[in-house]
Amino acid sequence: MEDFLRIGDKIIKNRLFIGTGKFPNKPIIKDVLEASEVDVVTVALRRVDAEADEENVLNYIPEDRILMPNTSGARNAEEAVRIARLARASGCGDWIKIEVINDNKYLLPDNMETLKATQVLVSEGFIVLPYMSPDLASAKRMAEAGAAAVMPLGSPIGSNRGIKTEELVKIMVDEIDVPVIVDAGLGRPSDAVRCMELGCDAVLVNTAIATAKDPVNMARAFSAAVKAGRLAYTSGTGETSEIASASSPLTGFLRDEK
Amino acid sequence: MSFYDIYTRYKDLDLENFLSDVTDEDIAGALRSEKSSFEEFLSLLSPKAEAHLEEIAQKAHALTLQYFGRTIQLYTPMYLSNYCDNECLYCGFNAKSIIERKKLTFEEVEKEASFIASTGLKHVLVLTGGSREESPVSYIKECVRILKKFFSSISIEIYALNEDEYGDLVKEGVDGFTIYQETYDEEIYKRMHPSGPKKNYLFRLDAPERAAKRGMRFINIGALLGLNDWRKEAFFTGLHAEYLQNKYSDIDFSISVPRIRPQTDNFKPKHNVTDKNIVQIILALRIFLPRLGITLSTRENAKLRENLIPLGVTKISAGSTTAVGGHTYGDSTNPVQFEISDERDVAEIKNMLLLKGYQPVFKDWMEI
Repeated sequence: MEDFLRIGDKIIKNRLFIGTGKFPNKPIIKDVLEASEVDVVTVALRRVDAEADEENVLNYIPEDRILMPNTSGARNAEEAVRIARLARASGCGDWIKIEVINDNKYLLPDNMETLKATQVLVSEGFIVLPYMSPDLASAKRMAEAGAAAVMPLGSPIGSNRGIKTEELVKIMVDEIDVPVIVDAGLGRPSDAVRCMELGCDAVLVNTAIATAKDPVNMARAFSAAVKAGRLAYTSGTGETSEIASASSPLTGFLRDEK
Repeated sequence: MSFYDIYTRYKDLDLENFLSDVTDEDIAGALRSEKSSFEEFLSLLSPKAEAHLEEIAQKAHALTLQYFGRTIQLYTPMYLSNYCDNECLYCGFNAKSIIERKKLTFEEVEKEASFIASTGLKHVLVLTGGSREESPVSYIKECVRILKKFFSSISIEIYALNEDEYGDLVKEGVDGFTIYQETYDEEIYKRMHPSGPKKNYLFRLDAPERAAKRGMRFINIGALLGLNDWRKEAFFTGLHAEYLQNKYSDIDFSISVPRIRPQTDNFKPKHNVTDKNIVQIILALRIFLPRLGITLSTRENAKLRENLIPLGVTKISAGSTTAVGGHTYGDSTNPVQFEISDERDVAEIKNMLLLKGYQPVFKDWMEI
């Protein structure tokens, strides 16, 4: 059976999502997307220059990809909602990744404002994917509000530190009914493998690919890592154990009593 | 609380002694540290650090890549008026300068804006001299209404306003704001600004905070290097940016490192600031405040600008002129505030960036 991710009415083959900021030029974005066969691409609406031609990032995203504009720059729910509406009005479709950040030092999201924006945008028919701090209670509320997925951070944006929030994300994977997509902080393909082995549904990567010496091949590496991690998860990764399984068990003398 | 309280706390520190006592180990420590203290910031600004510039540059470059990627945002300055009531000794538009004074008419604003927009730029920085009578807030608002037709983001660099005025301009669609303290040293500040409303040190010092309170989105500060010991000025600029960033965490702060350029009066800066010094300032600021934007104006020459880009710069000007109406009429017919050193147009700057492996970002915000 094929193992595809479904969000909204879309079927997503590649569980690696890619962000488009930070690349050394725009044409390379197209090469990266084609080489890694990525389906879902996020673009900051603040960077979309619809009037331009060569400088319009949308012109480098093949039409068969799923465009997920994001609300980068929003400082509260109201601004996120306004950016989402602008994105829809400028022809970017109904998907929206909510980013509400009012902390420019660490770039950590504001879950309360994100929840508010989720409620409004779901009611307006958007496919809403909120970027969030991995807090179970907030994630439950976002899912109840109709979020199509939740996107907890692995570590702060751009930090390349990997999945430092593992314990919290693992709980989310167990408890949340919508897809869990780790967004931000993954620095190496091995971090992506780890997320997928935990049972996350997808990961989103930007900095580690965009700032690599060879972004195209790094995207390929992440894409392969995500596939490997997912395959391991669906194949039933063995539990890791602190002690080796004993060959002479201490309770081996017990027999079923008649 | 105002930044003045912090300034007061640090101004009597024996900075000279501290700077001269910095050791190689202190610098190694500052480079290992994940979050710099003010002592580590100072050690990166010390004479001793000059011997370690390459290592410091490697770290600054890596941090910049991590937080900003391979992108550089572009903007251009647009001068609306050069009427001025101030007597800043270092400025070509000084009230006492005998120059032709000019203020753009609304038709000229439209013409100038249309020319700039045709180069593809979406971010514009409008400037006026320090004359409230000739370029009142009402005039600036009217100009902003015209500029909104052409640009997705409008910044201002004008005389210091009160809080309500900043609020009004934000409502009108201004989202960025630049103000230079010129010098953080109160005594030198007084000497450099003998007359005019700009004499008020504290009113200028608190201007970024007044704008922040009224929701200005992008705020750029800086000191005019050359008026004082640059190490001290860079230190206080860093502290000011840190203070603002901590207090107004939802605002994007950036700094500039303008060096005094020769202009019409030939003001001779008291302190020489070399290219190496500029490099050291940029590196130290990047490591002290990794998320801080760093803006590089056209005061610096093409070669130096290119070399500074990977060190921590996030925003540069292109196709600049410092004359009123200079985009439409050229610099030659009008007096300039200072001479620019990089005369390349937008297309040339764009190509230079791409060749260096950096994506020119024309649009990074819009009115929402």
